[in-house]
Amino acid sequence: MSEITDNNVSYKSKETIDGNYATINFGPTHPATHGIFQNVLKVDGEKIISSEQTVGYIHRAFEKLAERRPFNQITPITDRLNYCSSPINNMGWHMTVEKLIQAEIPKRAQYMRVIIMELARIADHLICNSVIGVDTGALTSFFYPFSEREKIYEMYEEVCGARLTTNIGRIGGFERDFSPVFHEKLKSFLKTFPKAFEEFNSMLERNRIFMDRTKGAGPISAERALNYSFVGPNLRAAGVDYDVRVMQPYSSYEDFDFIIPVGVNGDTYDRFMVRQEEVRQSLRIIEQAYNNLPEGSYKADIPEFYLPPKEEVYNNMEALIYHFKIVMGETEVPVGEVYHSVEGGNGELGYYLISDGGRSPYRLQFRRPCFIYYQAYPEMITGMTLSDAVLTLSSMNVIAGELDA
Amino acid sequence: MLNNEAILNRINENYGSEVVISEENFGILTIEIKAEKTHEIISWLKRDEVLECSFLTLLGGVHYPDDKGREFAVVYHLHSWTNNFRLRLKVFLPSENPSIKSIVDIYNGANWMERETYDFFGINFEGHPDLRRILNMDSMDYFPMRKEHVLEDATREDKDDRFFGR
Repeated sequence: MSEITDNNVSYKSKETIDGNYATINFGPTHPATHGIFQNVLKVDGEKIISSEQTVGYIHRAFEKLAERRPFNQITPITDRLNYCSSPINNMGWHMTVEKLIQAEIPKRAQYMRVIIMELARIADHLICNSVIGVDTGALTSFFYPFSEREKIYEMYEEVCGARLTTNIGRIGGFERDFSPVFHEKLKSFLKTFPKAFEEFNSMLERNRIFMDRTKGAGPISAERALNYSFVGPNLRAAGVDYDVRVMQPYSSYEDFDFIIPVGVNGDTYDRFMVRQEEVRQSLRIIEQAYNNLPEGSYKADIPEFYLPPKEEVYNNMEALIYHFKIVMGETEVPVGEVYHSVEGGNGELGYYLISDGGRSPYRLQFRRPCFIYYQAYPEMITGMTLSDAVLTLSSMNVIAGELDA
Repeated sequence: MLNNEAILNRINENYGSEVVISEENFGILTIEIKAEKTHEIISWLKRDEVLECSFLTLLGGVHYPDDKGREFAVVYHLHSWTNNFRLRLKVFLPSENPSIKSIVDIYNGANWMERETYDFFGINFEGHPDLRRILNMDSMDYFPMRKEHVLEDATREDKDDRFFGR
């Protein structure tokens, strides 16, 4: 993060004439950045000549914090990475720890995870795509999907009690089985959502104004995207079919039948279309997982990591010991290095965990897809107009929480 | 599909003298290589027609203050999509002058990851186009992820709890 001084051009909020070019501050608190990032753009009229980024405005030292916290207390940190799809972050972290302690997770818990993660993906993509609508001037397409997203948040509430920063699930599975209300809500969601979604889709997909505005805005070639370590929908829009769910399946994703949509040009329209199709595929996965939800336990049998039920703590000596150890963070873990990644809303979300056997990680590094692909932003918007820069930013789905850790 | 043994053999054939230790950690082959040849080896791994590690997944630092002469580690996670294997490369650097050649010319995505590693660990990446702090303020005069900067003890008792809402 570059310091703001009087000599620094980025401090000046008005346009300043620099030769023939004007310097414009896009951000840090501009409504169109949808987060806190500063972009200093050098423009010739409407055309962007060059740009410079400043990130780190909401850096919260997560990797340092994680070095002091017991494993189960790191889950709330991961909520705040990509807060549009926090359940994926939570479960990615749980799976990393489970890999380290080599826990066997029952099929039912895995399928339940898949359902929640795909709901989170739908919520994430809905926000991103409806925001592209806002940035092209279509406010209706922003308000309608929010009632659908609300239903997803109500389902989170039913499972874990929280909505945005979910802290959903536990190391080893879930804290409780899906409640009857959840089943009802999910059933009605699966029934009503496809129609509502297609309605939203028809507002934008073949909308002449929307297509004119988004086609060719902020394109990136597959080769450049790969070189910049792009992942997720942004990479797939450029035509590369990389998806962690297929490449290295986790949590029983190999059981489900779904396709990976890819784009051609890697521009804003392709990114929009890829996300739209991914929502449909996520729905397919949820339907498959829900219809084939296996019988069994919703949690793994790992008493050293999974809190026992309260009645047992009062009546059972062993449960009391485990309860105490987990709450005080005194559980022993194996020594080792683990890398685990999940397909988050923005692509490969990775956890590199070095454990020295202590109560907290020796080092935990998050692979934050936003942070890595945001550096390609200047290359993507150079030569574009100012309004294309806004569109490119929102269609890349750069989330400040994930960017700054 | 290559297994880890085949990958290690291929690397040993070409750069056997540069590999210090190799081990397997939860399915990922981990190789420690010498600092001088890192750039060359990574560039070869990307070009090699058998391994084709075309994707840089993650780059970061680790601080081992008790390990004399090799206090800092730079860890590279590569991913070969054609063969679908991951590879972890570790390079250890001394604390006097932790410096290693930048790989931005091989993978452009390494640019900000190297800046972040510099920002938090103070590891110098030679040949980096723009090695500045990225998430912390420029005026910061220490490297916060080093182990000598410990977080506050959660059990300390010398604080007046009234001020902290406890």
